[in-house]
Amino acid sequence: MSDGLAAIANLFGRALDRASIAFLVTLAVVAAVVPLLNLAVPATSPFHLSSYFVALFGKYLCYAILALAIDLIWGYCGILSLGHGAFFALGGYAMGMYLMRQIGTRGVYAHPILPDFMVFLNWPELPVYWYGFDHFVYAAFMVLFVPGVLAFVFGWFAFRSRVTGVYLSIITQALTYALMLGFFRNNLGFGGNNGLTDFKDILGFNVQAPGTRAALFAASAFALMLGFVICRVVVSSKFGKVLVAIRDAEARTRFLGYRVEAYKVLVFTLSACMAGVAGALYVPQVGIINPSEFSPANSIEAVIWVAVGGRGTLTGAVLGALLVNYGKTYFTSGVLAPYWLFVLGGLFIAVTLLLPRGVVGTARHWWREWQARRVAASTARNGALASEASASAHAAE
Amino acid sequence: MPGLKEMRALCDRLVALVLALGVFAAAVATSRATPYDDALARFTADSFAETIEGINRLVASGNPLAAIVIGALQDGRLFFSAATKRVFIKDTSERWLDAADGRPIVGAAPADLAPVRLNNRLRGIVAAALGSLTLMSPDPARRLEAARAVFKSHDPNALPALDQAIAKETDARVKQALLEARASVILYLDSASDPDKIEAIGMIRQRGDQEALALLGGLPGSTSAPVKKAAAEAIASIENGLAVWAALQNMWYGLSLGSVLLLAAIGLAITFGVMGVINMAHGEMVMLGAYTTFVVQEVIRARQPALFDYSLAIAIPAAFVVAGTVGILVERGIIRFLYGRPLETLLATWGLSLILQQSIRTAFGPTNKDVGNPSWMSGAFELGQITITNNRLWIIVFTLLVFAGLLGLLRFTRLGLEMRAVTQNRAMAASMGIRTSRIDALTFGLGSGIAGLAGVALSQIDNVSPNLGQGYIIDSFMVVVFGGVGNLWGTLLGAFTLGIANKFLEPYAGAVLGKIIILVLIILFIQKRPRGLFALKGRAVEA
Repeated sequence: MSDGLAAIANLFGRALDRASIAFLVTLAVVAAVVPLLNLAVPATSPFHLSSYFVALFGKYLCYAILALAIDLIWGYCGILSLGHGAFFALGGYAMGMYLMRQIGTRGVYAHPILPDFMVFLNWPELPVYWYGFDHFVYAAFMVLFVPGVLAFVFGWFAFRSRVTGVYLSIITQALTYALMLGFFRNNLGFGGNNGLTDFKDILGFNVQAPGTRAALFAASAFALMLGFVICRVVVSSKFGKVLVAIRDAEARTRFLGYRVEAYKVLVFTLSACMAGVAGALYVPQVGIINPSEFSPANSIEAVIWVAVGGRGTLTGAVLGALLVNYGKTYFTSGVLAPYWLFVLGGLFIAVTLLLPRGVVGTARHWWREWQARRVAASTARNGALASEASASAHAAE
Repeated sequence: MPGLKEMRALCDRLVALVLALGVFAAAVATSRATPYDDALARFTADSFAETIEGINRLVASGNPLAAIVIGALQDGRLFFSAATKRVFIKDTSERWLDAADGRPIVGAAPADLAPVRLNNRLRGIVAAALGSLTLMSPDPARRLEAARAVFKSHDPNALPALDQAIAKETDARVKQALLEARASVILYLDSASDPDKIEAIGMIRQRGDQEALALLGGLPGSTSAPVKKAAAEAIASIENGLAVWAALQNMWYGLSLGSVLLLAAIGLAITFGVMGVINMAHGEMVMLGAYTTFVVQEVIRARQPALFDYSLAIAIPAAFVVAGTVGILVERGIIRFLYGRPLETLLATWGLSLILQQSIRTAFGPTNKDVGNPSWMSGAFELGQITITNNRLWIIVFTLLVFAGLLGLLRFTRLGLEMRAVTQNRAMAASMGIRTSRIDALTFGLGSGIAGLAGVALSQIDNVSPNLGQGYIIDSFMVVVFGGVGNLWGTLLGAFTLGIANKFLEPYAGAVLGKIIILVLIILFIQKRPRGLFALKGRAVEA
């Protein structure tokens, strides 16, 4: 028993190096301070943070979780998924369904059971797959389960037949595209074009209330911390080393006797579940989920967050998501709006051409080089000192 | 405003007809108390019953003016004067013609002129009467049109005229139409015997189109049992026939869609095949081609409107050069630094596609641009019972020409030889003295240029907007992935298979669901054959 505990403690100890702990502490401080500045500080104070700001950064934190999920498979296992937005949106839809069921009779049509859009489309009764979504626990389970199962089935088929590289990227893109087309259809029972919106309550609290928003922000920050810890544990374990081996030389890893497909499916499913959680936290904060979340462009944009921050560095993925999305908000909300696509497009090209390690990756690379130089210099100096000392000893003799 | 234009053309023609017939009428002496005059007199009674009688008598009179009078009646241009018992026609240039001889009247028109009134029942009769009158027209096209009108209206009043017309008809096609029209009249004639009706059904069954089906389906309840049975059999057989035609029509749509997919995918297949590079900006090359067409047409409209019909002939090389040049610049500027990193290439070209789209949006605005069809590409014709639009036909021809051209280039030119060598084994090709980086640039230029050509074709059938390429990019990927890399025949087969499968699924599943099914099928197909229908074999595969 204590052996097991010790092993787990050892795992965490190895996973959480100093940089990781600093990152987690920062996140924890943000999770505590931002809601505090929003709720407890009066609106007149210069330290007050508006609810808009809280909702906006809450959204970014959800994107950061998605980025983390992509980095886990792309940065550490070499699987470039251009369809991770699909898992994000599925998680979002699961949460959206829960929120829809919480509206109750407060909809436009005040129907006791059916959501507004079903009344509007003359649905006779609630479809079976909507059953249970009035319970939060069930919805929360589905947030993990639906993306997870889809990723497992898809991954099992794809990786077993050794679909790799760009082929895999293209069919993940086709996957999210097909889902987008499907969710646009009214008769699928997810609100079609308009998606799910007009949410009222989450767990009995009004979604619009500042208190709820602050709590959702804190929850997103906490989920991000949890996701980060999970990713750190995964990548610093033996499992993670095999993932990196697969990334760098898939055939060789297979010949060494590892079941590459199993590793890939597992990490792909884990990543999809994380994306689902991100989507579930995202929906109550933005107040809507519609099929455009499935659009392939969204998924590719998420990949560029990771690329900007630095693939294969988890903090980089988070930082990239925050930076790019802040830039997007900054550009698209002002007179610069027409130029945002130039900036985003330029970012794709510049990062792949000039900064393939990303911001954090490059910084880390420089840091290591600098350290290596310092070590080299100090050993050289020590060597020089030693030889000097021996020389003087000779002289003394 | 094509409707307005057609109306005007029709009016002009009517005026010409009226004048010509006026001259003709002037030549024949008209001062006889003929059945024609008698018929005209009935219009002055201002009673619907008398008007009907008048129309029937006009038709029976055989007078060449009858058609003009009834035409005027239909357009509300027929007036009568109750005081003088005379009938007048107001022609399209607001002159008054005397209906008795078709000549302009001398002096002022009578003061008490009132239009001959029509109601809905009368309008039907007027239309049928005009139909049977034109059955005798000297122009075969008009006779055919009239026969078709009677076929649809199955007006019993037209029967005598039909019989007359059939006896005189020499044109086989018109005769067939007349016989069919007669069959339709008989089928709906209460007085006709059952064997006659069954024979008529046989006639209509041979026609076998949607109209025949409507005719047979619309039989009144009072029809006798054997006729009903014959009609039901005929309906079943026509429906079978129609199903075959519908399948052929779907096939045609599928070929058309397939050719569009092929055009969009060929370029992608080449760059992917030779360089292993997924070019996400490929759709934007297509868009550049479409905008080049737009610009060429604008210049022609402004400078040399006479050349408009040749605008595509100018746009084709222009689009190839524009898109090809952009392609070479992109290869030299971005892609060559990313060889061996296909995933990064994918991201960089995606960024490029965003920039190209936004540039075009900034330069030309976000709205759709109007690219015209040259006259030889517009219009349609019927083949059996499928409608073939000329622009789709030309696009298929164009696609096949491009395909053949590309195949020829790969097989018979030095560049093609070198491209194939690089595709098969880059390292060996390089050691044989092929400058692979030059081949890469040219290949990328060629692939992009062909995308530009696709843009010219797509500008003829799709909206030219900055998002044009986006709509095709995923489909093109599917074609390439399905067909296999490095083999143009695979791309050809892939494109047409996907196009036809898509169009065959559409009637059953709807356009969107059809597309989803196709995507899912491809995803499943990839599991079975991860490298497409025609996969390259050998060492190149793992490289």
